[in-house]
Amino acid sequence: MSGSEGSKTMSASVPKIRLRGVSKSFGDKKVLDGIDLDIETGTSMVVIGGSGSGKSVLIKCILGLIEPDSGTIEIDGKNILTQDRAEREAMRSRIGMLFQNGALFDSLTVWENVAFGLLAQNKCTRAEARPRADTVLAAVGLDATVGDLSPAELSGGMQKRVGLARAIAAQPEILFFDEPTTGLDPIMGAVIDGLIVDCVKKLGSTAIAITHDMLSAQRIGDRAAMLYKGAIVWQGAADTLLNSGNAMVDQFTHGRREGPIQMELRR
Amino acid sequence: MAACSCAPSLRSANFSLPVVALTAIFTGMVLALQSSTGLSRFSADSAVASLVVLSVTRELGPVLAGLMVAGRVGASIAAEIGTMRVTDQIDALSTLSTNPMKYLVAPRLLAGLIAVPLLVVVADILGVLGGFIIATAKLGFSAESYLNNTLTFMQTEDVISGLAKAAVFGVLITLMGCYQGYNSKGGAQGVGAATTSAVVAASVLILAFDYVLTELFFSR
Repeated sequence: MSGSEGSKTMSASVPKIRLRGVSKSFGDKKVLDGIDLDIETGTSMVVIGGSGSGKSVLIKCILGLIEPDSGTIEIDGKNILTQDRAEREAMRSRIGMLFQNGALFDSLTVWENVAFGLLAQNKCTRAEARPRADTVLAAVGLDATVGDLSPAELSGGMQKRVGLARAIAAQPEILFFDEPTTGLDPIMGAVIDGLIVDCVKKLGSTAIAITHDMLSAQRIGDRAAMLYKGAIVWQGAADTLLNSGNAMVDQFTHGRREGPIQMELRR
Repeated sequence: MAACSCAPSLRSANFSLPVVALTAIFTGMVLALQSSTGLSRFSADSAVASLVVLSVTRELGPVLAGLMVAGRVGASIAAEIGTMRVTDQIDALSTLSTNPMKYLVAPRLLAGLIAVPLLVVVADILGVLGGFIIATAKLGFSAESYLNNTLTFMQTEDVISGLAKAAVFGVLITLMGCYQGYNSKGGAQGVGAATTSAVVAASVLILAFDYVLTELFFSR
């Protein structure tokens, strides 16, 4: 089904991100097995799937942190896998990423974390960095006084907010969210989802989120795709997730033990 | 911002000063004591001063300081970078247009290159002082003749070769710390293993390179 939807959009415009036949193995374990995926400019794609289904590897491949074994990954129609280092770094400066556990630099203060990308890309001087960091912190609902704390002093929810602030500080065209609500209470999860939607709208970014939180998936995503055993087994509008008619998606979204997906407890 | 990632390495070298100082002074004391019992059998007591100064500047200063720094700084670098690896901070650097090699590794190598020779200068002075204390307080040398002997026998190249060794050891220590930390995986256990490997690898390399460099400098 991904093929028919792919052909529909192909004539209209080049998708922001296009994956074709992306495969990756670690040892003899095939983690990604021929992924085809299109993400249109300005839309949010949510990738759902169980633990170990290859979601994180997929995102790391698009970010260029992991080199796939085969396939092509195009951003704005350019294959990033054949780019040289300088082109790849230029590409990366257009991407922001919110890591699962924040991945904040614990040797730096909160505001230095937020301003890190701006300074690294020479988008502002050191003198301008602090006020700009405070503005971004305010956008995720954090007070400027938080800027002087170290990341270790923050709660999980606040770390996520700072991580989000760091990801959006350089106003990227593409945003990645790796399990943005994992480890948060449901209310904080909803708050973070709300912030993500606001930020993505405000920046007009294209977003990819990976999650196994169904509420979060519906709140963040325009479209959704399900990853199972390294392949996309379904994709469609995010608001049809709960009545997709696909047996695998049904089992996953309703959290049933019985169904086509058998949990591999041991290999 | 590169400066702020260099600072912790230099700070930990600074905190290595007491342990390096203690090691050096006791080594100098032992050297004086041991060599005087050995040399007195050949009635060559007067060679104590030259033996202490040559051993300390050429060999024991750099090697012992190197081993101490490997245990302190090499371990802390491996643990710090290893933790950054397993908490995705190194990936985060890449996504923020920062080359982790330039940002994390280069300043630490530079810090090792500069800081370890500085520590060895202190170790040399205190090692000789340790020998001096024992020679004058216990072995009955006069302060004047001991110092005279020391200065007569000490050559510039003894000190310089020791400092050159120290610079190489400094790079080896920080390189091993960075390498093991950078490639660590598997959470807390992986970071622990990386730390152990960094110290062991640096220590063995220090001893091996000590031989190679000695061969290079002194074999004619």
